[in-house]
Amino acid sequence: MNEESPLWASESFWKKVAIWVTAGSFLILVVLTFDSLSQTEVGGKRVQAYSVINKKIDYVYKEDLHKFMPVIGETELLFGQEFTEEEAEKLVTLGKKTTQAKNCMNCHTLLGNGAYFAPDLTKAWLDKGWLSKELREELMIKFLLDPENNARTFGSNRKMPNLHLTHDEAKGVVAFLKWMSSIDTNGFPYNFKTIYATEE
Amino acid sequence: MNAKELCGVANAKLDTFVTWTALDRSNLSDGRKLAVNYFIVAVILFFAQLLFGMIAATQFIFPNFLYGFLDFSVNRMVHINAMVVWMLYGFIGCTYWLLEDESQTEIVGLKYGKLAFWVLTIAVAIVVLVYLFIQIGAGNDTTLWLINEGREYIEAPRWADIGIVAVVLTFFYNVVATFSKGKWSGIAGVLTLDLVALAGLYLAGMFYMTNITHEQFWWWWVIHLWVEATWEVLVGVIMAWSLMKLLGVRRKIVTTWLYIEVALMFGSGILGLGHHYFWIGTPEYWLTIGGFFSALEPIPLVAMVVHAMYDAGSHSFKNSNHPAVAWIIAQAFGNFFGAGVWGFMHTLPQINLYTHGTQWSASHGHLAFFGAYATINIAFFYLAIQHWRGDVWMSEGSQNAWRWKWALGLLNVGVVGMTIALLIAGYEQSFIERAVEGSTWSGYFSAQNHPSFQSAMVWRWLFGLMTFAGLILLIWDLLTIGKGETRKMAVVEAE
Repeated sequence: MNEESPLWASESFWKKVAIWVTAGSFLILVVLTFDSLSQTEVGGKRVQAYSVINKKIDYVYKEDLHKFMPVIGETELLFGQEFTEEEAEKLVTLGKKTTQAKNCMNCHTLLGNGAYFAPDLTKAWLDKGWLSKELREELMIKFLLDPENNARTFGSNRKMPNLHLTHDEAKGVVAFLKWMSSIDTNGFPYNFKTIYATEE
Repeated sequence: MNAKELCGVANAKLDTFVTWTALDRSNLSDGRKLAVNYFIVAVILFFAQLLFGMIAATQFIFPNFLYGFLDFSVNRMVHINAMVVWMLYGFIGCTYWLLEDESQTEIVGLKYGKLAFWVLTIAVAIVVLVYLFIQIGAGNDTTLWLINEGREYIEAPRWADIGIVAVVLTFFYNVVATFSKGKWSGIAGVLTLDLVALAGLYLAGMFYMTNITHEQFWWWWVIHLWVEATWEVLVGVIMAWSLMKLLGVRRKIVTTWLYIEVALMFGSGILGLGHHYFWIGTPEYWLTIGGFFSALEPIPLVAMVVHAMYDAGSHSFKNSNHPAVAWIIAQAFGNFFGAGVWGFMHTLPQINLYTHGTQWSASHGHLAFFGAYATINIAFFYLAIQHWRGDVWMSEGSQNAWRWKWALGLLNVGVVGMTIALLIAGYEQSFIERAVEGSTWSGYFSAQNHPSFQSAMVWRWLFGLMTFAGLILLIWDLLTIGKGETRKMAVVEAE
């Protein structure tokens, strides 16, 4: 390259392009971040209030939208108890912290992110593997407290190890899973048949 | 034998080992002595990455292997954390390696740099020991602060996060202060701005949030904007400098290319972040933005291949360090195929709906991290060892050249083999678990139990073993290459 380099091959031109493209992209990202965070506040349309754990949650295919969507129904209490928003937040927080402290994400995926040694937990609350909505809570608690003896290996020989959860932590995890299943995930996972779909 | 005697024996063994390597640290400047410290720890962590990867891969085939003692979650965490950390060590090492040469002055805060190295290394050792021996804690803040944050890739407990930030700031000070005292250049400018972004982004991953959508939103700021933006630019910087040094490419050419790469990389990579926002609860517009910009992400990688190959070809591949140049070529292709092609294959939302969270991601992850980042670090290990031996000839007619060639072959074929095996598993999973059975737990296990998945896991294990053998050979080669070589390397003159 010499002094007569055309503009498209000149160092100073590309330096300016690099700066403007980076700054422009970053600015757009910041604007979209503000918008996304406000649209996904707890209690909004996409991410439900924690007290949604008092309700029936389902996940059904919407013909008009061409995707699966969470549907919030009538009251369906968790552990036979009605939680205030504050109590629900406390319980879901305990559950969320437990999933982090027990390193769930390095076997399972949550919202599809994590490791691939165990099933996705996004809609675990709605999984037909819990047999019926009457048995579900009890089975989940039993499984979380003693996964070895209540193993759900589906013939794979893969068992969750005992992670020594307390009873309260197990309840927190169940509440967290129920709340997470109500998040509008743009139709992920596709074609998921819930425990209600199986019953009907 | 008491502890004192044991220490004595260990010291004697270490001395024998150091004498055997016949490496003379007096061949290195003070800045480069610091750089090789980083490289040594990087290689040790590379070994740990593969060891724990092999254990985790074994557990896919024999789930009861080490069950209840070293569970999959622990092995997988150590596997990916060792990888992230060894690559960071490598990058810091590479930067210290080129810093004095590029700025034409001595590193300003060398003693802080040395201190930061030891602080970081001790912190990493403690974190790993806690991962292995304490593993998990109660569901409260104490666990997140002291044991494990439970967030993939950035599991390090909060105390360690703060330590990492302090160390990175020290490193950043050294870079900026050294360039300020010496000479700035285009490479120096890009490096500095990139490090600001790299350090700043880490802060986004240091907060607890119950709202998992917000938590994953910020988590991806760290993971994606590191791996698919700032790390790539850092590699561009390292590549630019090494092409000048290894092949004598003109500064004006590498700098112009570097700016083009930055524009393309950040222009596609920053908003390409959107491909992680398809399914975590974030608004639908990310399907369009993420799909479009992430589909552009391979373009800068094509540019990097063209750049490296053209420069190498136009200099007829003449150089004094064959292994380093070979690994740089491997980087150009590995980055393009691993990060570019394998990423593109499942980045559009219409396909990602089925592939997200399956072995597709693992397939892409293996080839991309190896192709883009392991390769460039290995190239630098060879550069470092050449100078450490006293600028010896490491080109045509070198003794035992089969070792680096076989190490190169085993590592590359091993990783590509794992990538293909995991891709087959991913296809099968996307089809059976996702499309047909709708991602239920029973659907998940139907896919896991399928013969094509099971045999893919066996193939992955075998290619993993090949990779591991390649690493052992690589380490042997690094310790011995150039030993007894009397010819000096040719001085590379810039055009």
